[in-house]
Amino acid sequence: MNEKKIKVDYMARVEGEAALDITVSNGEIVDLKLNVFEPARFFESFLIGRKFDEVPEIAARICGICPVSHILTSIQAIEDALEIVPSGETMRLRKLLALSQWIQSHTLHTYMLALPDYFGYQSVLDMIPEHRELVEQALRLKRLGNDLTVAIGGREVHPVTPVVGGFTHVPPRDVIKDLIKRFKEARKDAQNMVEIAAQIELPDFTRDFEYVALTSPPQEYPIISGFIASNKGLKFKKNEYRKNIHEVHVSHSNALHSFVKGRSSFMVGPLARVNLNYDLLAGEARRAAERNGLKFPSMNPFYSIPARAVEVVHSIETCIDLLEDLKLKAEQIPAVPKDGTGFGIGEAPRGLLYHSYKINKKGEIVEADIVSPTAHNAFNIENDLKEFVPKFISLPKEEIQLKCEMLVRAYDPCFSCSAHFLKINIRER
Amino acid sequence: MKKPTVGIFKFTSDAGCQLQILNLEKELLELLKLIDIAYFPMASRNYGKGPFDIGFVEGAVTSTEEIIKIKEIREQCRILVALGSCACYGGIASIKNHKPQRELEERVYTDLTAVHSTKAYGIDQYVKVDAYVKGCPIDKNEFVEVVKSTLMEIKPNLRPHSVCVECKLREYPCIFLTEGKVCMGPVTSAGCGALCPSKHRACEGCRGPASDPNTSSLARTMMEYGLTPEEVRLKFIKYAGETQAFKEGAGVR
Repeated sequence: MNEKKIKVDYMARVEGEAALDITVSNGEIVDLKLNVFEPARFFESFLIGRKFDEVPEIAARICGICPVSHILTSIQAIEDALEIVPSGETMRLRKLLALSQWIQSHTLHTYMLALPDYFGYQSVLDMIPEHRELVEQALRLKRLGNDLTVAIGGREVHPVTPVVGGFTHVPPRDVIKDLIKRFKEARKDAQNMVEIAAQIELPDFTRDFEYVALTSPPQEYPIISGFIASNKGLKFKKNEYRKNIHEVHVSHSNALHSFVKGRSSFMVGPLARVNLNYDLLAGEARRAAERNGLKFPSMNPFYSIPARAVEVVHSIETCIDLLEDLKLKAEQIPAVPKDGTGFGIGEAPRGLLYHSYKINKKGEIVEADIVSPTAHNAFNIENDLKEFVPKFISLPKEEIQLKCEMLVRAYDPCFSCSAHFLKINIRER
Repeated sequence: MKKPTVGIFKFTSDAGCQLQILNLEKELLELLKLIDIAYFPMASRNYGKGPFDIGFVEGAVTSTEEIIKIKEIREQCRILVALGSCACYGGIASIKNHKPQRELEERVYTDLTAVHSTKAYGIDQYVKVDAYVKGCPIDKNEFVEVVKSTLMEIKPNLRPHSVCVECKLREYPCIFLTEGKVCMGPVTSAGCGALCPSKHRACEGCRGPASDPNTSSLARTMMEYGLTPEEVRLKFIKYAGETQAFKEGAGVR
C-alpha cells in the first residue's frame, strides 16, 4: 500500500495555533484533520457572574486582531437584552470603528500573511530588501486603519471608549479633519492593493459550497447589522441564529464544527460578503474590481484575497462619508439592568460573528454564547481541503504542504478566537 | 557585529501583544536593522532554531504541554521577557482559576476527555523571567524600550509607580473623586499614560499591581463608594488575580 502522511505541525502566518494532518492511501484521502491545538480558553464560562457592562472589555480579549468586532457585537447583544436603542451618531462611530479594523486586518493579512506565498518568500520580513515599496505601502495602509481605531477607540488593540449605550469619548474635530485628508490620499494605495491582488496567480480551484454573510435590509453593505443570508436560500434574523446554525464538538480540535442545520459546512468572510452584496459595494470598489478583471460571485476560496482588497477600497470610501457626517458628540444612554436575553451579530474582518447573552435582573450574565468567524469556517476549510488535495496528490510533500497552508491561510483564520465554545446539543426536529 | 536573535512565542492568549509588535509600523523597519527575528510563527514560515538572545513570550501557561514548552524555551533564551499581562500574571485567562475546572469545561465542550487544561499562570510560575512588559495589551513603546536597553545591556526604564501618578502628571481630572467612577488606578502599574481615565473610563487594572500598592485600603474605599465585597473581588481577579497584592484586595470583606 502506498501511504503518505502530510503534516503541518504548527501552521505559520495565521493567528493562533493549528496543525493539519492528512493521510493519503493509494491516491485517496483516508483521513484529514485540521487540529486547533490552541488551548481551550473558556470565555463563555468565565463571563458568567460578571456584570453586563464588563462584558465588552472581557470579550475583547478573545481576539487581539479583531477586538473591535467582539466589543461591538457583545455591546449590541447586551443593548438588545436591555432594550437600548443607540443614537445615530453612536452607530456612525461604531461603523467607523468596525471598518477601521477591516482595513487594518485585511492589510495585515494580504501583505504580511498571504502575499509571501505568492511572491515566494517565507515572510514579509524577507520581502523587505526587494519589495520595500510594497511593504511600506502595506504599513501605511495598516497604520491608517490603526490610526482611525485609535482616534475613535483610544487604542489599536482593545479600544476603551465603546461602551453599552454609546461612547465615553469622541476625538476633537481637527483629528477627524486630518483623517479625512489621509483617507483621501490612501485611495491610491488601496487601488494598488486591488491591482496586486488581481495579478497574483491564485490556484484554480472551485467547489460548490454555501457562503453566509449579513445582507440587507438595511440597504447598505453589511457591517454591524442586517439579516443573515446565504447563496442557498438562508435568510433569518439574529435571534433565529440557533435555529439555523448548529455545532458539534469534534475530539481532534478545540474548535467546534459549525454547520447549517440539515446541510453541511459553510464559508463566512470577505468572499461571502462580496459574493452576496456585490451591488451594495461603493462605486469605487466595484469599478476597481471590474478594471482589474475580478468577477464576483466566485466559488474559489482563494478569491478571498482579492475580495479583501476590494473591501479595503470600499471601506476607505465609506469611512470618508461617515467621517464627514460626524457630529462628534459623545453620547451614552444610561443602562438599567433587567432580565432578558439579547443577540448581537456583526461582520468581523474574517466574517460572521455571533454573541448572545442572558442577563438577570441584577445585570449579571447568566449565559453566554459566542461563535467566532473561524469557528464558522473550520469545518468548511476541512471540506475544501478534502477536494483540493487530491488534485495534486502526486506532487512532492513539501509542495502539497505549502498548497494546503495557502488554502487555510486564504480564510485568514484566527485560531485563538475559535478555541472556545458553548456546548450545544443537536436536536432533530 | 552579529545581530542579536529574537524569538517570539505564543502561549494561551489572543495574539494582541504580538500584533502590537506588528503595529509598530513606523519603527518596525528600523528595528529590523538591529535585531534578527528568527522565530515568529505568526509572521513567518522560518521556524528558526535557538538559542535566542531574547525571547518574548506572550500568553499564559494553561496546559501541561505549555509547562514543558516554557521550560524548553527558558533554556533556549539568554534573556526571557514576559510580554503582556497573560505572560506576566496569567491575565484574563486566570479568571478561570476562581471557578471549578469541571464547571468551566462542561459549559463549553461535550467531550471532556479531549480537554486538558491546568490553572492559568504567568510564566514565572514555572521559569525565571528577566523582564516584564505589562499591560493588556502591551504598550508598543515599552516593547521598544526593552529591546533598546537589552541591546545596550542596560536596565529598561519601566515605571514602578501607579497609574494615578501618570494621571496627575497629565492633569486629568480624577474620575474616581469627581464622578465616583470606581478606579483601579491607585494600585495599578503605570506605563499606559493613564489611557482609560483620559477617555473618561475607570482603570480596570490591566497592567497588574504597581510596586507596593495598598490594595486593601483601595478595596475598603471601593465599598464606601457602594460596591459589594463580591463586586470588589471581581475587580481584583480580572487581570492579575494570582498576584499577592491583588489577592489581598480581592480578600477584603
